[in-house]
Amino acid sequence: MDAIREKRDASADQRKRTMGLLARATAAELQAGWQAVEPKPEVHPVRGPETGLIMVRGRVGGGGDAFNLGEATVSRAAVRLASGEVGHGQLLGNDREKARLAAIFDALQQRPEHRQTVLRMVEAIEGRIEVEDRLQAEQTAATRVDFFTMVRGDN
Amino acid sequence: MYVAVKGGEAAIANAHQLLADRRRGDRSLPAISIDQIVAQLGLAVDRVMAEASLYDRELAALAVRQARGDMIEAIFILRAYRTTLPRFGMSVPVDTAAMKIERRVSATYKDLPGGQLLGPTFDYTHRLLDPSLLTDEPVAEPLRRPVDEGSMMRVSDILSGEGLIEGDGQMPQDHVPGDLTREPLEFPLNRDLRLQALARGDEGFLLALAYSTQRGYARTHPFVGEVRIGTVEVEMDIPELGFAVSLGRIQVTECQMVNQFQGSTKTPPQFTRGYGLVFGQSERKAMAMSLVDRALRAKEFGEDIVAPAQDEEFVISHSDNVQATGFVEHLKLPHYVDFQAELDLVRRMRAEYETRAEAEKTGTMREAAE
Repeated sequence: MDAIREKRDASADQRKRTMGLLARATAAELQAGWQAVEPKPEVHPVRGPETGLIMVRGRVGGGGDAFNLGEATVSRAAVRLASGEVGHGQLLGNDREKARLAAIFDALQQRPEHRQTVLRMVEAIEGRIEVEDRLQAEQTAATRVDFFTMVRGDN
Repeated sequence: MYVAVKGGEAAIANAHQLLADRRRGDRSLPAISIDQIVAQLGLAVDRVMAEASLYDRELAALAVRQARGDMIEAIFILRAYRTTLPRFGMSVPVDTAAMKIERRVSATYKDLPGGQLLGPTFDYTHRLLDPSLLTDEPVAEPLRRPVDEGSMMRVSDILSGEGLIEGDGQMPQDHVPGDLTREPLEFPLNRDLRLQALARGDEGFLLALAYSTQRGYARTHPFVGEVRIGTVEVEMDIPELGFAVSLGRIQVTECQMVNQFQGSTKTPPQFTRGYGLVFGQSERKAMAMSLVDRALRAKEFGEDIVAPAQDEEFVISHSDNVQATGFVEHLKLPHYVDFQAELDLVRRMRAEYETRAEAEKTGTMREAAE
Protein backbone atom coordinates (compact mmCIF):
# COMPACT_ATOMS: atom_id res chain seq x y z
CA MET A 1 0.00 0.00 0.00
CA ASP A 2 2.67 2.47 1.08
CA ALA A 3 4.66 1.72 -2.02
CA ILE A 4 1.63 2.42 -4.18
CA ARG A 5 0.93 5.65 -2.33
CA GLU A 6 4.54 6.74 -2.64
CA LYS A 7 4.48 6.05 -6.33
CA ARG A 8 1.27 8.02 -6.70
CA ASP A 9 2.72 10.93 -4.66
CA ALA A 10 5.85 10.90 -6.80
CA SER A 11 3.83 11.02 -10.00
CA ALA A 12 1.60 13.77 -8.52
CA ASP A 13 4.73 15.75 -7.61
CA GLN A 14 6.06 15.29 -11.13
CA ARG A 15 2.76 16.40 -12.63
CA LYS A 16 2.55 19.43 -10.33
CA ARG A 17 6.10 20.44 -11.28
CA THR A 18 5.40 19.99 -14.99
CA MET A 19 2.19 21.99 -14.79
CA GLY A 20 3.99 24.79 -12.94
CA LEU A 21 6.61 24.95 -15.69
CA LEU A 22 3.98 24.80 -18.44
CA ALA A 23 2.36 27.82 -16.77
CA ARG A 24 5.60 29.75 -17.22
CA ALA A 25 6.25 28.68 -20.81
CA THR A 26 6.27 31.30 -23.54
CA ALA A 27 3.82 30.97 -26.41
CA ALA A 28 6.75 30.16 -28.70
CA GLU A 29 7.98 27.36 -26.42
CA LEU A 30 4.54 25.76 -26.33
CA GLN A 31 4.09 26.08 -30.10
CA ALA A 32 7.50 24.55 -30.77
CA GLY A 33 6.73 21.77 -28.30
CA TRP A 34 3.50 21.03 -30.10
CA GLN A 35 5.35 20.83 -33.43
CA ALA A 36 7.61 18.19 -31.87
CA VAL A 37 4.72 15.95 -30.85
CA GLU A 38 4.40 13.00 -33.27
CA PRO A 39 1.97 11.50 -33.97
CA LYS A 40 -0.45 14.33 -33.17
CA PRO A 41 -3.13 13.00 -30.84
CA GLU A 42 -6.82 13.64 -31.19
CA VAL A 43 -7.78 16.29 -28.60
CA HIS A 44 -11.28 17.17 -27.43
CA PRO A 45 -12.06 20.29 -25.42
CA VAL A 46 -13.63 19.62 -22.01
CA ARG A 47 -13.68 23.16 -20.66
CA GLY A 48 -12.58 26.49 -22.07
CA PRO A 49 -10.13 27.81 -22.90
CA GLU A 50 -11.45 30.69 -20.84
CA THR A 51 -10.10 33.72 -18.99
CA GLY A 52 -11.19 34.69 -15.50
CA LEU A 53 -9.83 35.92 -12.21
CA ILE A 54 -8.12 34.51 -9.21
CA MET A 55 -8.10 36.37 -5.92
CA VAL A 56 -4.45 36.54 -4.88
CA ARG A 57 -3.99 36.28 -1.15
CA GLY A 58 -1.24 37.59 1.05
CA ARG A 59 -0.60 37.08 4.75
CA VAL A 60 -1.04 39.72 7.44
CA GLY A 61 2.47 40.77 8.48
CA GLY A 62 3.94 38.45 5.84
CA GLY A 63 3.40 35.21 7.74
CA GLY A 64 0.10 35.62 9.57
CA ASP A 65 -3.43 34.83 8.51
CA ALA A 66 -4.59 35.32 4.94
CA PHE A 67 -6.03 38.51 3.48
CA ASN A 68 -7.21 39.28 -0.03
CA LEU A 69 -4.55 41.31 -1.82
CA GLY A 70 -6.16 41.72 -5.25
CA GLU A 71 -7.08 39.76 -8.33
CA ALA A 72 -5.06 38.50 -11.27
CA THR A 73 -6.16 37.31 -14.69
CA VAL A 74 -5.94 33.57 -15.24
CA SER A 75 -6.57 31.53 -18.37
CA ARG A 76 -7.42 27.88 -18.11
CA ALA A 77 -8.51 24.95 -20.21
CA ALA A 78 -9.24 21.25 -19.84
CA VAL A 79 -8.92 18.79 -22.70
CA ARG A 80 -9.43 15.04 -23.19
CA LEU A 81 -7.37 12.83 -25.43
CA ALA A 82 -9.13 10.21 -27.53
CA SER A 83 -7.45 7.67 -25.25
CA GLY A 84 -9.27 9.20 -22.25
CA GLU A 85 -6.60 11.17 -20.38
CA VAL A 86 -7.78 14.57 -19.14
CA GLY A 87 -5.31 17.44 -19.05
CA HIS A 88 -5.57 20.77 -17.22
CA GLY A 89 -3.84 23.97 -18.18
CA GLN A 90 -3.92 27.12 -16.07
CA LEU A 91 -1.68 30.15 -16.11
CA LEU A 92 -1.60 33.84 -15.26
CA GLY A 93 -2.65 36.22 -18.02
CA ASN A 94 -4.98 36.41 -20.96
CA ASP A 95 -3.45 33.93 -23.35
CA ARG A 96 -6.11 31.27 -23.82
CA GLU A 97 -4.18 29.49 -26.56
CA LYS A 98 -1.31 28.99 -24.12
CA ALA A 99 -3.74 27.55 -21.57
CA ARG A 100 -5.11 25.16 -24.19
CA LEU A 101 -1.65 23.96 -25.19
CA ALA A 102 -0.63 23.59 -21.53
CA ALA A 103 -3.70 21.40 -20.99
CA ILE A 104 -2.75 19.25 -23.98
CA PHE A 105 0.78 18.74 -22.65
CA ASP A 106 -0.61 17.88 -19.21
CA ALA A 107 -2.73 15.20 -20.89
CA LEU A 108 0.18 13.98 -23.01
CA GLN A 109 2.50 13.56 -20.03
CA GLN A 110 0.10 10.89 -18.83
CA ARG A 111 0.74 8.87 -22.03
CA PRO A 112 3.88 6.73 -21.93
CA GLU A 113 4.66 7.35 -25.63
CA HIS A 114 4.60 11.16 -25.17
CA ARG A 115 5.97 11.49 -21.65
CA GLN A 116 9.59 11.92 -22.72
CA THR A 117 8.71 14.60 -25.28
CA VAL A 118 6.84 16.58 -22.63
CA LEU A 119 9.60 16.14 -20.06
CA ARG A 120 12.25 17.31 -22.53
CA MET A 121 10.19 20.38 -23.27
CA VAL A 122 9.61 21.34 -19.64
CA GLU A 123 13.26 20.75 -18.85
CA ALA A 124 14.15 23.24 -21.56
CA ILE A 125 11.65 25.71 -20.07
CA GLU A 126 13.14 25.14 -16.63
CA GLY A 127 16.63 25.74 -17.99
CA ARG A 128 15.55 28.99 -19.61
CA ILE A 129 13.92 30.18 -16.36
CA GLU A 130 17.03 29.28 -14.37
CA VAL A 131 19.22 31.32 -16.70
CA GLU A 132 16.88 34.30 -16.42
CA ASP A 133 16.68 33.99 -12.63
CA ARG A 134 20.44 33.72 -12.31
CA LEU A 135 21.01 36.78 -14.47
CA GLN A 136 18.51 38.75 -12.43
CA ALA A 137 20.01 37.55 -9.14
CA GLU A 138 23.55 38.39 -10.26
CA GLN A 139 22.50 41.85 -11.40
CA THR A 140 20.84 42.38 -8.03
CA ALA A 141 23.91 41.04 -6.20
CA ALA A 142 26.02 43.71 -7.95
CA THR A 143 23.91 46.33 -6.13
CA ARG A 144 24.69 44.87 -2.72
CA VAL A 145 26.16 47.37 -0.28
CA ASP A 146 29.59 46.48 1.09
CA PHE A 147 29.84 48.52 4.24
CA PHE A 148 33.19 49.53 5.57
CA THR A 149 33.94 51.45 8.72
CA MET A 150 35.93 54.64 8.62
CA VAL A 151 38.59 54.44 11.32
CA ARG A 152 38.89 57.74 13.11
CA GLY A 153 42.42 58.82 13.72
CA ASP A 154 43.35 59.86 17.26
CA ASN A 155 45.72 62.64 16.32
CA MET B 1 -32.51 64.74 -9.21
CA TYR B 2 -31.87 63.12 -12.55
CA VAL B 3 -34.16 63.45 -15.54
CA ALA B 4 -33.78 62.01 -19.00
CA VAL B 5 -32.31 64.52 -21.39
CA LYS B 6 -32.06 63.91 -25.08
CA GLY B 7 -30.12 65.70 -27.73
CA GLY B 8 -26.48 64.97 -26.90
CA GLU B 9 -25.90 61.91 -29.07
CA ALA B 10 -24.19 63.62 -31.97
CA ALA B 11 -22.09 65.81 -29.68
CA ILE B 12 -21.01 62.78 -27.61
CA ALA B 13 -20.10 60.73 -30.66
CA ASN B 14 -18.09 63.60 -32.11
CA ALA B 15 -16.40 64.25 -28.78
CA HIS B 16 -15.29 60.63 -28.58
CA GLN B 17 -13.96 60.79 -32.11
CA LEU B 18 -12.05 63.92 -31.17
CA LEU B 19 -10.73 62.13 -28.06
CA ALA B 20 -9.47 59.28 -30.24
CA ASP B 21 -7.72 61.79 -32.47
CA ARG B 22 -6.08 63.64 -29.59
CA ARG B 23 -5.05 60.37 -27.99
CA ARG B 24 -3.24 59.35 -31.15
CA GLY B 25 -1.72 62.82 -31.43
CA ASP B 26 0.68 63.86 -34.18
CA ARG B 27 0.41 61.20 -36.89
CA SER B 28 3.96 61.87 -38.05
CA LEU B 29 5.14 60.26 -34.79
CA PRO B 30 5.05 56.48 -34.36
CA ALA B 31 2.21 55.20 -32.17
CA ILE B 32 3.33 53.90 -28.77
CA SER B 33 2.90 50.15 -28.41
CA ILE B 34 1.60 48.19 -25.42
CA ASP B 35 4.95 46.39 -25.20
CA GLN B 36 6.74 49.73 -25.02
CA ILE B 37 4.47 50.93 -22.22
CA VAL B 38 5.03 47.71 -20.26
CA ALA B 39 8.79 47.87 -20.80
CA GLN B 40 9.47 51.60 -20.49
CA LEU B 41 6.67 53.00 -18.33
CA GLY B 42 6.57 49.99 -16.03
CA LEU B 43 5.97 51.86 -12.79
CA ALA B 44 2.94 53.61 -14.26
CA VAL B 45 1.66 50.19 -15.30
CA ASP B 46 2.32 48.86 -11.80
CA ARG B 47 0.39 51.67 -10.17
CA VAL B 48 -2.60 51.00 -12.41
CA MET B 49 -2.49 47.28 -11.55
CA ALA B 50 -2.21 47.95 -7.83
CA GLU B 51 -5.04 50.44 -7.60
CA ALA B 52 -7.28 48.66 -10.07
CA SER B 53 -6.60 45.61 -7.90
CA LEU B 54 -6.00 43.50 -11.01
CA TYR B 55 -2.62 42.02 -11.83
CA ASP B 56 -2.22 42.00 -15.60
CA ARG B 57 0.55 44.12 -17.10
CA GLU B 58 -0.74 44.06 -20.67
CA LEU B 59 -4.25 45.10 -19.77
CA ALA B 60 -2.93 47.80 -17.42
CA ALA B 61 -0.70 49.14 -20.23
CA LEU B 62 -3.67 49.12 -22.58
CA ALA B 63 -5.62 51.10 -20.00
CA VAL B 64 -2.77 53.62 -19.65
CA ARG B 65 -2.70 54.11 -23.40
CA GLN B 66 -6.47 54.36 -23.69
CA ALA B 67 -6.57 56.90 -20.84
CA ARG B 68 -3.82 59.02 -22.45
CA GLY B 69 -1.71 58.53 -19.34
CA ASP B 70 -4.43 59.64 -16.91
CA MET B 71 -3.75 57.17 -14.11
CA ILE B 72 -7.10 57.30 -12.34
CA GLU B 73 -8.95 56.98 -15.64
CA ALA B 74 -6.77 53.95 -16.48
CA ILE B 75 -7.47 52.43 -13.05
CA PHE B 76 -11.20 53.03 -13.60
CA ILE B 77 -11.11 51.28 -17.01
CA LEU B 78 -9.27 48.26 -15.63
CA ARG B 79 -11.61 48.02 -12.63
CA ALA B 80 -14.56 48.07 -15.00
CA TYR B 81 -13.01 45.32 -17.10
CA ARG B 82 -12.48 43.06 -14.09
CA THR B 83 -16.21 43.05 -13.41
CA THR B 84 -16.75 41.29 -16.76
CA LEU B 85 -14.66 38.25 -15.76
CA PRO B 86 -15.76 35.25 -13.71
CA ARG B 87 -13.76 34.38 -10.61
CA PHE B 88 -12.13 30.96 -10.68
CA GLY B 89 -11.07 30.90 -7.04
CA MET B 90 -8.55 32.02 -4.46
CA SER B 91 -4.80 31.58 -4.50
CA VAL B 92 -2.83 29.91 -1.79
CA PRO B 93 -1.45 32.89 0.22
CA VAL B 94 1.77 34.06 -1.46
CA ASP B 95 4.98 33.37 0.46
CA THR B 96 6.98 36.59 0.58
CA ALA B 97 9.76 34.88 2.56
CA ALA B 98 10.48 32.82 -0.58
CA MET B 99 10.52 35.90 -2.82
CA LYS B 100 13.01 36.09 -5.72
CA ILE B 101 14.53 39.35 -4.54
CA GLU B 102 15.09 42.30 -6.87
CA ARG B 103 15.60 44.83 -4.12
CA ARG B 104 15.77 44.56 -0.36
CA VAL B 105 16.81 47.19 2.13
CA SER B 106 16.49 47.57 5.87
CA ALA B 107 16.86 50.79 7.84
CA THR B 108 17.14 48.92 11.14
CA TYR B 109 19.95 46.43 10.55
CA LYS B 110 23.08 47.19 8.60
CA ASP B 111 24.41 43.65 8.38
CA LEU B 112 21.34 41.52 8.00
CA PRO B 113 21.49 38.05 6.42
CA GLY B 114 21.32 38.43 2.65
CA GLY B 115 22.56 42.00 2.85
CA GLN B 116 21.28 45.31 1.61
CA LEU B 117 20.43 44.97 -2.08
CA LEU B 118 19.66 48.32 -3.68
CA GLY B 119 18.26 46.97 -6.94
CA PRO B 120 16.96 49.36 -9.60
CA THR B 121 16.28 52.30 -7.28
CA PHE B 122 15.81 56.04 -7.71
CA ASP B 123 17.39 56.47 -4.26
CA TYR B 124 20.74 58.28 -4.28
CA THR B 125 20.14 59.66 -7.78
CA HIS B 126 20.52 63.42 -7.88
CA ARG B 127 17.12 64.03 -9.44
CA LEU B 128 18.74 66.06 -12.21
CA LEU B 129 17.08 65.90 -15.61
CA ASP B 130 19.14 63.64 -17.82
CA PRO B 131 19.61 65.14 -21.28
CA SER B 132 20.95 61.83 -22.60
CA LEU B 133 17.37 60.54 -22.44
CA LEU B 134 16.33 63.18 -24.97
CA THR B 135 17.96 60.96 -27.55
CA ASP B 136 18.07 57.23 -27.84
CA GLU B 137 21.61 56.66 -26.63
CA PRO B 138 22.79 53.11 -25.96
CA VAL B 139 22.43 51.96 -22.35
CA ALA B 140 25.14 49.85 -20.72
CA GLU B 141 24.34 46.32 -19.56
CA PRO B 142 24.00 46.03 -15.78
CA LEU B 143 26.99 44.69 -13.85
CA ARG B 144 26.86 41.21 -12.39
CA ARG B 145 28.31 39.65 -9.27
CA PRO B 146 28.19 36.09 -7.97
CA VAL B 147 25.14 35.46 -5.87
CA ASP B 148 25.51 34.97 -2.15
CA GLU B 149 23.40 31.85 -1.68
CA GLY B 150 21.35 31.64 1.45
CA SER B 151 17.95 32.73 2.56
CA MET B 152 16.79 36.32 2.80
CA MET B 153 15.16 36.09 6.17
CA ARG B 154 12.57 38.66 6.97
CA VAL B 155 13.69 41.34 9.41
CA SER B 156 10.57 40.79 11.48
CA ASP B 157 11.75 37.19 12.01
CA ILE B 158 15.12 38.42 13.33
CA LEU B 159 13.46 40.51 16.02
CA SER B 160 10.84 37.92 16.82
CA GLY B 161 13.64 35.50 17.71
CA GLU B 162 14.29 37.72 20.74
CA GLY B 163 10.59 38.20 21.44
CA LEU B 164 11.06 41.96 21.06
CA ILE B 165 8.44 42.40 18.36
CA GLU B 166 4.84 41.41 18.01
CA GLY B 167 4.09 38.43 15.79
CA ASP B 168 2.53 38.37 12.33
CA GLY B 169 -1.14 39.26 12.40
CA GLN B 170 -3.45 36.51 13.55
CA MET B 171 -7.17 36.65 12.95
CA PRO B 172 -9.71 34.87 15.14
CA GLN B 173 -9.85 31.12 14.54
CA ASP B 174 -11.85 29.96 11.51
CA HIS B 175 -11.85 33.52 10.22
CA VAL B 176 -12.58 33.70 6.49
CA PRO B 177 -10.68 36.58 4.89
CA GLY B 178 -13.12 39.39 4.12
CA ASP B 179 -13.53 40.46 0.52
CA LEU B 180 -14.72 43.99 -0.13
CA THR B 181 -15.43 43.16 -3.78
CA ARG B 182 -18.15 40.75 -2.63
CA GLU B 183 -19.55 42.21 0.59
CA PRO B 184 -20.33 45.85 1.36
CA LEU B 185 -18.03 47.27 4.04
CA GLU B 186 -19.40 47.41 7.55
CA PHE B 187 -17.41 49.32 10.13
CA PRO B 188 -15.53 48.50 12.26
CA LEU B 189 -13.43 46.30 9.97
CA ASN B 190 -11.01 43.51 10.69
CA ARG B 191 -7.39 44.09 9.79
CA ASP B 192 -7.57 41.72 6.79
CA LEU B 193 -10.27 43.84 5.14
CA ARG B 194 -8.40 47.04 5.93
CA LEU B 195 -5.30 45.63 4.25
CA GLN B 196 -7.31 44.72 1.15
CA ALA B 197 -8.72 48.23 0.99
CA LEU B 198 -5.30 49.83 1.56
CA ALA B 199 -3.63 47.62 -1.06
CA ARG B 200 -5.97 49.07 -3.70
CA GLY B 201 -6.14 52.54 -2.11
CA ASP B 202 -4.98 55.71 -3.83
CA GLU B 203 -1.23 56.15 -3.49
CA GLY B 204 -1.49 59.92 -3.08
CA PHE B 205 -4.14 59.68 -0.38
CA LEU B 206 -2.23 57.04 1.59
CA LEU B 207 1.02 58.95 1.16
CA ALA B 208 -0.56 62.10 2.60
CA LEU B 209 -2.03 60.20 5.55
CA ALA B 210 1.27 58.43 6.21
CA TYR B 211 3.04 61.79 6.10
CA SER B 212 0.52 63.21 8.57
CA THR B 213 1.42 60.48 11.09
CA GLN B 214 5.08 61.45 10.79
CA ARG B 215 4.26 65.10 11.37
CA GLY B 216 2.56 64.34 14.65
CA TYR B 217 -1.02 63.46 13.77
CA ALA B 218 -0.95 60.01 15.41
CA ARG B 219 2.74 59.53 15.93
CA THR B 220 3.90 55.93 15.55
CA HIS B 221 7.73 56.29 15.65
CA PRO B 222 8.34 54.17 12.59
CA PHE B 223 11.46 52.48 11.23
CA VAL B 224 11.56 50.63 7.94
CA GLY B 225 12.36 47.15 9.19
CA GLU B 226 12.48 46.05 5.61
CA VAL B 227 11.32 46.82 2.10
CA ARG B 228 11.57 43.98 -0.39
CA ILE B 229 10.60 43.85 -4.06
CA GLY B 230 10.58 40.71 -6.14
CA THR B 231 8.51 37.91 -7.58
CA VAL B 232 6.45 35.35 -5.71
CA GLU B 233 4.78 32.20 -6.92
CA VAL B 234 0.98 32.20 -7.24
CA GLU B 235 -0.52 28.78 -6.56
CA MET B 236 -4.11 27.66 -6.81
CA ASP B 237 -5.79 24.46 -5.66
CA ILE B 238 -7.18 22.47 -8.57
CA PRO B 239 -10.11 20.49 -7.15
CA GLU B 240 -9.98 17.94 -10.00
CA LEU B 241 -6.39 17.09 -9.09
CA GLY B 242 -6.44 17.40 -5.33
CA PHE B 243 -3.28 19.54 -5.19
CA ALA B 244 -2.19 23.12 -5.76
CA VAL B 245 -0.36 24.07 -8.94
CA SER B 246 1.66 27.16 -9.78
CA LEU B 247 0.06 29.63 -12.19
CA GLY B 248 3.23 31.67 -12.57
CA ARG B 249 4.88 34.49 -10.69
CA ILE B 250 3.83 38.02 -9.87
CA GLN B 251 5.93 40.91 -8.71
CA VAL B 252 5.06 42.48 -5.36
CA THR B 253 6.50 45.04 -2.96
CA GLU B 254 6.38 44.35 0.76
CA CYS B 255 7.13 46.73 3.62
CA GLN B 256 7.58 45.78 7.26
CA MET B 257 7.34 48.93 9.33
CA VAL B 258 8.58 48.60 12.91
CA ASN B 259 6.96 50.96 15.38
CA GLN B 260 7.47 51.96 18.97
CA PHE B 261 6.61 49.87 21.91
CA GLN B 262 3.48 48.60 23.41
CA GLY B 263 3.21 46.74 26.60
CA SER B 264 0.95 46.35 29.56
CA THR B 265 1.03 44.77 32.97
CA LYS B 266 0.40 41.46 31.20
CA THR B 267 2.58 41.74 28.11
CA PRO B 268 6.18 42.95 28.16
CA PRO B 269 7.11 45.99 26.08
CA GLN B 270 7.74 45.14 22.45
CA PHE B 271 7.85 46.74 19.03
CA THR B 272 4.60 46.86 17.10
CA ARG B 273 4.28 46.59 13.33
CA GLY B 274 2.56 47.95 10.28
CA TYR B 275 2.37 45.94 7.08
CA GLY B 276 2.30 46.90 3.42
CA LEU B 277 1.94 44.63 0.39
CA VAL B 278 1.31 45.97 -3.10
CA PHE B 279 1.22 44.57 -6.64
CA GLY B 280 4.26 45.46 -8.75
CA GLN B 281 7.17 47.69 -7.83
CA SER B 282 5.70 50.35 -5.61
CA GLU B 283 7.82 51.15 -2.62
CA ARG B 284 6.25 54.49 -1.75
CA LYS B 285 2.81 52.92 -1.69
CA ALA B 286 3.90 49.89 0.36
CA MET B 287 5.59 52.16 2.91
CA ALA B 288 2.59 54.48 3.14
CA MET B 289 0.30 51.48 3.47
CA SER B 290 2.31 50.07 6.36
CA LEU B 291 2.26 53.40 8.22
CA VAL B 292 -1.48 53.75 7.76
CA ASP B 293 -2.04 50.09 8.71
CA ARG B 294 -0.23 50.74 11.99
CA ALA B 295 -2.10 53.99 12.65
CA LEU B 296 -5.43 52.24 12.06
CA ARG B 297 -4.59 49.66 14.73
CA ALA B 298 -4.92 52.38 17.41
CA LYS B 299 -7.96 50.81 19.03
CA GLU B 300 -6.28 47.41 19.21
CA PHE B 301 -3.45 48.96 21.25
CA GLY B 302 -5.71 51.17 23.35
CA GLU B 303 -4.32 54.36 21.84
CA ASP B 304 -6.35 57.56 21.78
CA ILE B 305 -7.93 58.22 18.39
CA VAL B 306 -6.98 61.81 17.78
CA ALA B 307 -5.95 62.04 14.13
CA PRO B 308 -7.43 61.38 10.68
CA ALA B 309 -5.02 58.51 9.93
CA GLN B 310 -6.42 56.59 12.93
CA ASP B 311 -10.04 57.00 11.89
CA GLU B 312 -10.85 53.76 10.12
CA GLU B 313 -14.13 54.84 8.60
CA PHE B 314 -12.66 58.11 7.35
CA VAL B 315 -9.55 56.48 5.86
CA ILE B 316 -11.11 53.42 4.26
CA SER B 317 -14.20 55.23 2.97
CA HIS B 318 -12.06 57.75 1.12
CA SER B 319 -9.07 55.71 0.00
CA ASP B 320 -10.59 54.34 -3.20
CA ASN B 321 -9.86 56.71 -6.06
CA VAL B 322 -12.41 55.18 -8.42
CA GLN B 323 -15.19 55.83 -5.93
CA ALA B 324 -13.78 59.26 -5.15
CA THR B 325 -13.45 60.34 -8.75
CA GLY B 326 -16.89 59.00 -9.55
CA PHE B 327 -18.54 61.12 -6.91
CA VAL B 328 -16.47 64.25 -7.44
CA GLU B 329 -16.64 64.12 -11.24
CA HIS B 330 -20.34 63.36 -11.41
CA LEU B 331 -20.87 66.99 -10.40
CA LYS B 332 -20.12 68.06 -13.97
CA LEU B 333 -22.96 65.99 -15.40
CA PRO B 334 -26.22 67.82 -16.10
CA HIS B 335 -27.91 68.96 -12.89
CA TYR B 336 -30.19 71.38 -14.72
CA VAL B 337 -33.35 70.46 -12.85
CA ASP B 338 -31.64 70.43 -9.44
CA PHE B 339 -30.20 73.79 -10.14
CA GLN B 340 -33.53 75.19 -11.42
CA ALA B 341 -35.15 74.09 -8.19
CA GLU B 342 -32.44 75.77 -6.14
CA LEU B 343 -32.67 78.88 -8.27
CA ASP B 344 -36.43 79.07 -7.64
CA LEU B 345 -35.79 78.61 -3.94
CA VAL B 346 -33.16 81.31 -3.70
CA ARG B 347 -35.41 83.71 -5.70
CA ARG B 348 -38.26 83.06 -3.29
CA MET B 349 -35.99 83.55 -0.29
CA ARG B 350 -34.68 86.76 -1.81
CA ALA B 351 -38.23 88.04 -2.43
CA GLU B 352 -39.17 87.26 1.19
CA TYR B 353 -36.03 88.97 2.43
CA GLU B 354 -36.77 92.05 0.39
CA THR B 355 -40.40 92.19 1.50
CA ARG B 356 -39.26 91.88 5.11
CA ALA B 357 -36.62 94.56 4.68
CA GLU B 358 -39.18 96.84 3.02
CA ALA B 359 -41.64 96.23 5.86
CA GLU B 360 -39.00 96.96 8.47
CA LYS B 361 -38.05 100.15 6.67
CA THR B 362 -41.67 101.39 6.54
CA GLY B 363 -42.07 100.34 10.19
CA THR B 364 -39.05 102.41 11.25
CA MET B 365 -40.24 105.40 9.26
CA ARG B 366 -43.65 105.14 10.89
CA GLU B 367 -42.03 104.98 14.34
CA ALA B 368 -39.92 108.02 13.55
CA ALA B 369 -42.98 109.86 12.38
CA GLU B 370 -44.93 109.12 15.56
